[in-house]
Amino acid sequence: MMHKKNNPLKQNIRPAPFVVIFIFLVLGIIGITLEEPSRVLEQATQICLPCIGIG
Amino acid sequence: MDFIRTWVQALFFIFTNGYWNFPVTKGIYQGPLKIVCSPGLTCYSCPAATTYCPLGSLQQLLSGIRMSIENGQFFVGFYVVGTMGVIGGFVGRMVCGWACPFGLFQELLHKIPSPKFGIWPPLRYIKYGLLLFMVIILPLFALDEFGSGSTWFCKYLCPVGTLEAGLPMLFLQPELRTSIGLLFFNKLFFLLLFIIWAVLASRPFCRTACPLGAFYALFSRIKLVKLRLDPAKCTDCKVCHNVCPMGVRFNESPDDMECISCLACSKACKFNAITLEIGGLSITSQPRPSVCQLKNLTQATDTSN
Repeated sequence: MMHKKNNPLKQNIRPAPFVVIFIFLVLGIIGITLEEPSRVLEQATQICLPCIGIG
Repeated sequence: MDFIRTWVQALFFIFTNGYWNFPVTKGIYQGPLKIVCSPGLTCYSCPAATTYCPLGSLQQLLSGIRMSIENGQFFVGFYVVGTMGVIGGFVGRMVCGWACPFGLFQELLHKIPSPKFGIWPPLRYIKYGLLLFMVIILPLFALDEFGSGSTWFCKYLCPVGTLEAGLPMLFLQPELRTSIGLLFFNKLFFLLLFIIWAVLASRPFCRTACPLGAFYALFSRIKLVKLRLDPAKCTDCKVCHNVCPMGVRFNESPDDMECISCLACSKACKFNAITLEIGGLSITSQPRPSVCQLKNLTQATDTSN
């Protein structure tokens, strides 16, 4: 009879962080498909004077 | 470990503020790196900034959400929130302790010799209110006559914007000085408040007012890299209470939302009760005898005698 080896490392691994990271990764990819990074880049390359208290 | 952390903080500071040509151009960096999210709080209107601020971008996207939808573009913040969430899922508030330029700035200020004070713990909840109202709700719903929102947190409170962008831009472009008014002095007040407070107390902005820290704090229980307490080794000596820069009582609340995983407690613990874990796997430093081991050893000695 074959006995499965218990891997102590495998038993301790928490799956929750991987699920959360995956969900947000999917969210980010959706953002990329919507071409949001180009809008972010557009905003980030301009000085927002009201945002820094000027004007 | 403090030495390594300081170097990591310095590297992140250089990475997020690495455009040193600004005295010549007198403007901000406009290259492709600005598509990369800064893990810590940094102002993208800073002349040296090479990355975008997640809070600033999110507010900009939310404030212009109606216009973008009217134009058939769904710029609702998925990319920014997704990036923030991935960072949060990996390390959570470890960013505050290891990668935030303003965190480093406050730590340096706190080294200035002066009387030191604690921070009243309930003040920590202010930052969650700021995240909810000034970063999400007000930019989304407080609209002007053109149907556009505003970047409330950046505009009225963010001391990082004043320090990294407002003051340097006034220096680089003197013509802007005619445009400053009450808004600027309001922000200057908050900057000075947090500078003075940081000298007297440890990381006051992180602990009371940082919405990015509040967002990352939501991942405290489920983040991949976190500190773990071994209750069997803990003697309740409370040394971890005394060394924590965020006022966390680690052995009483190991998943505390304020923990920035700076490892000060882990270093101070003589019993190796606090270790860093990645996804549930402990990364122990050099093994030290635990209380149980010492007790077992004592019992074994007694029995043999």
